[in-house]
Amino acid sequence: MKAIKKTGLIIFLIGLALFIGTIFTGSFNLTQAELDTFIQEKGYKSELIKTELTKGVVTNENLNIFEFSSKIINAIETSNKHYNTLITKYDAEKNWAKKGAQFQYKISGKPHSLTFTLAKKAGKGFAAEKTGLMWFLTFGLGIIGALLFIVPDVVLLGKPGIKNDGIFLSAATNRGWIGWFAFIFLVSFYILLYFYPDYIVNWVYLVEPISQFISGNSASQWFLYGFLYCVVMSVMAVRMYIKYRHNKYQILRTTSVLFFQIVFAFLIPEILVRFEKPWYDFKNAFPLDYDFFFKWNIDELISSGGFGLFILVWGVVLTIVVVPVMVYFFGKRWYCSWVCGCGGLAETLGDPYRQLSSKTLFSWKFERIIIHSVLIFVLVMTSFALYTFFSGANQIIGIKTQTIQDIYGFLIGAIFAGVIGTGFYPIFGNRVWCRFGCPLAAYLGFIQRFKSRFRITTNGGQCISCGNCSTYCEQGIDVRAYAQKGENIVRSSCVGCGVCSAVCPRGVLKLENGPEAGRINPTEILLGNDIDLISLVNKK
Amino acid sequence: MNHIVIIGNGISGVTAARHIRKNSDQKITIISAETKYFFSRTALMYVYMGHLTFEHTQPYEDWFWEKNRIDLKEGFVNTIHTDEKTLELRSGEKFAYDNLIIASGSKPNKFGWPGQDLDGVMGMYHKQDLENLEKYAPNKETCKRAVIVGGGLIGIELAEMLRSRDIPVTFLVRENSFWNGVLPTQESEMINEHIKDHHIDLRLGTNLKEIKSDKNGRVKSIIIEETGEEIFCNVVGLTAGVTPNIDFIKDSGIAFGRGVKVNHFLETNIKNVYAIGDCAEQHEAIGQRRNIEAVWYTGRMMGETVAQTLCGNKTEYKPGHWFNSAKFLDIEYQTYGWVFSERSKKENDVYFQWRHPKDYKCITISFDKNSHQFIGINTFGIRMRHEIFDQWLTENKSIEYVLEYLADANFDPEFYKLYEAEILTKFNSENNTNIQLRKKSWKRIFSKA
Repeated sequence: MKAIKKTGLIIFLIGLALFIGTIFTGSFNLTQAELDTFIQEKGYKSELIKTELTKGVVTNENLNIFEFSSKIINAIETSNKHYNTLITKYDAEKNWAKKGAQFQYKISGKPHSLTFTLAKKAGKGFAAEKTGLMWFLTFGLGIIGALLFIVPDVVLLGKPGIKNDGIFLSAATNRGWIGWFAFIFLVSFYILLYFYPDYIVNWVYLVEPISQFISGNSASQWFLYGFLYCVVMSVMAVRMYIKYRHNKYQILRTTSVLFFQIVFAFLIPEILVRFEKPWYDFKNAFPLDYDFFFKWNIDELISSGGFGLFILVWGVVLTIVVVPVMVYFFGKRWYCSWVCGCGGLAETLGDPYRQLSSKTLFSWKFERIIIHSVLIFVLVMTSFALYTFFSGANQIIGIKTQTIQDIYGFLIGAIFAGVIGTGFYPIFGNRVWCRFGCPLAAYLGFIQRFKSRFRITTNGGQCISCGNCSTYCEQGIDVRAYAQKGENIVRSSCVGCGVCSAVCPRGVLKLENGPEAGRINPTEILLGNDIDLISLVNKK
Repeated sequence: MNHIVIIGNGISGVTAARHIRKNSDQKITIISAETKYFFSRTALMYVYMGHLTFEHTQPYEDWFWEKNRIDLKEGFVNTIHTDEKTLELRSGEKFAYDNLIIASGSKPNKFGWPGQDLDGVMGMYHKQDLENLEKYAPNKETCKRAVIVGGGLIGIELAEMLRSRDIPVTFLVRENSFWNGVLPTQESEMINEHIKDHHIDLRLGTNLKEIKSDKNGRVKSIIIEETGEEIFCNVVGLTAGVTPNIDFIKDSGIAFGRGVKVNHFLETNIKNVYAIGDCAEQHEAIGQRRNIEAVWYTGRMMGETVAQTLCGNKTEYKPGHWFNSAKFLDIEYQTYGWVFSERSKKENDVYFQWRHPKDYKCITISFDKNSHQFIGINTFGIRMRHEIFDQWLTENKSIEYVLEYLADANFDPEFYKLYEAEILTKFNSENNTNIQLRKKSWKRIFSKA
């Protein structure tokens, strides 16, 4: 069994190495006809860009993706610089008509996204041509290796039960060198995904046939991300099933997040696109889905007829009615650890890192400031967006709606939710985004704290203060601080993953939905003592 | 200002300090030789097993003590001068107190076995024991085998710890079945099976004769009393119970037996000196409890009680209904009320027992054969609600009532399979009764709230 596990690890690492290596393969160049079509599609009026691009990428040379990318970006810069010089010149000459005429020649948009689009057409080589084989050597080996590494645990872990042996003795899970490598890999992945999609175009080739099959469209980096997300979650869900096979709550919860990710976040939106409907994830509630009320989104929904309108109404109802009502009955866990995609990744890929979240009072204070700031930010941004939508004005008190949206998209949408939120798993625990950043979690948290039937019940006086609950709380709640006082845990940040209850060696904690009366029960003297003393002291 | 000095920073001493601070402004000093900060002794095992780091076993962050004006003093108390109300540390430092609380806990028993002080022989009680274990049994290459002597809760924990690093373990248990002085046979035998599942070499009805040394004064092997068999090993764990840790009071005039003698108010024979926790010995037992209770919960309750007394609300230590819990490898155990083993149960106590056909789950309910009054329950692999059983014990419910409403008491995580129906069927068929299981009711469960 141990040999199988080791073989699995080796196969996985080979798959990973080939996956990373794929980035550097292939050659990229365009024919004149391909370039002309592209320029026509984009409607570029600049003559200069055409010559510059032709000079750069219409070639028989074998450019790799980095050379290809830099040539295109140079071409764009050269072209833009040229027209900027003209603008300055005409400005100095006060030739307003001519100055104004130059702007249409400028190329806008993110250079790396433009490059991605071109690279997608221009690639040749293993990933682009032998896609099936390369898919097997990267995704395939990765999946097979990971499963071979995980499945022997059925035997190796021994009898069902809590198996946390060696977690703080392993460099993978105690912020050791393996953890730091995982951190660097994840952070780099997100930086490439969000800011340098052209560099990973070879990866996108690997999923091209899958995208064609599902939506009939060419794959984007976001399709790659969605597919990879589902694959990683599925494989790591197998690990959850084995690790918590004695615990039905964990089994059902894992199945639920997996289902919602694959069906709601991945398949349905892609299939909608196939039927020429807007891409929409029906479970992704505002304000986590922060661009739902952006003008372009509302416009798109309205223009896609009855179905678009349905989505618009559903999105509003989901946030205003469904979410709070469900939180009242079940706590925010129904969303955060049973449905949500971010939660889904945290509970599968992130599970090995849950013990790394900080439990200090300081981090709790920090958390409250940051997460509520993000909530305020998203609400302000949305007010701007709605104002813009209804009034048509693109700014309020001199601040452009677009600017705010861009800042939020960059800082929160990309850096916080992606690079930090997932990249930092191996260092700060698996719910970095959910705990510190997610505005939806903040909103659900208010309801859970002040108007909900959900609590974690503490079982009388049975706590021995061992600290397993606090240590394994991914949200950094000091569960023990409540349990050892005989108090129920009612905290806005609790996502109800149920692991505190699972790891408790004395059967002290139970997640339950019950009457609101007595849900919060501060106690002085714990059960087990003289009844008179308990009532004397607790009723003071 | 009144100065309260507490000797010992375990659960008893720290609970007393916290409650005194809640209710008063008195100066509080806690003296400990073991560690500066309070940690959960019961969690030491998880540090060795890699579930936690030592810092995780500390329930309060380091700033907590200064913020709550609880002074922590690292030192070993050598002598107590009760006449002048001072105590002296080994370092020579002197402390004056107005009230003194002795909460110095226990130490592992050693029964005079030859070789019991060799290198590699240890208990599993203090933080220093954990450090010793890391030294002598860091892995299976250094420690080729460990022998554990004494089949109680600490013994099985130590076995679990060593197995987590794949170290072969031989477990010597004096009784002919694990912990059967406390557990009924059904449960004790189930644990025997489970111990063997974990590849622990369990030797029942086996005593230690001596521990043999190699030429460097380290453990080489042990000899078994009954057979004379020699078992080679690098570590010997002595886990045959604990005894109050009170050597330092012996010349102080404070009365002691096995522990510090106290009355029901936790007062010693000397005014202003109290003793709580593992080291306290009641003159007269409370109910069916032992005179010395070395249990986490009773330590905590004594701390809560003595704090009331020291804050002007003189309070008798009156623990409520007995409860306890433990975990035997993968099997959780909870008990409420009294379930005695066959060896020590009362004449009128009878059992109703159920065991899952395949899983390690079982219950024993003890009740009076005449009145059918419910006396206590042991559950293995099933969690139960403390509050509900506490209430049923107070209200002297019958076993029939308990079974009828058993669903209210279940505390297993959501979606777990429930066994109340099977349990009830068994009782009905054994007793020719027709009790119907009531559905779980939030109203009844939270009627106290």
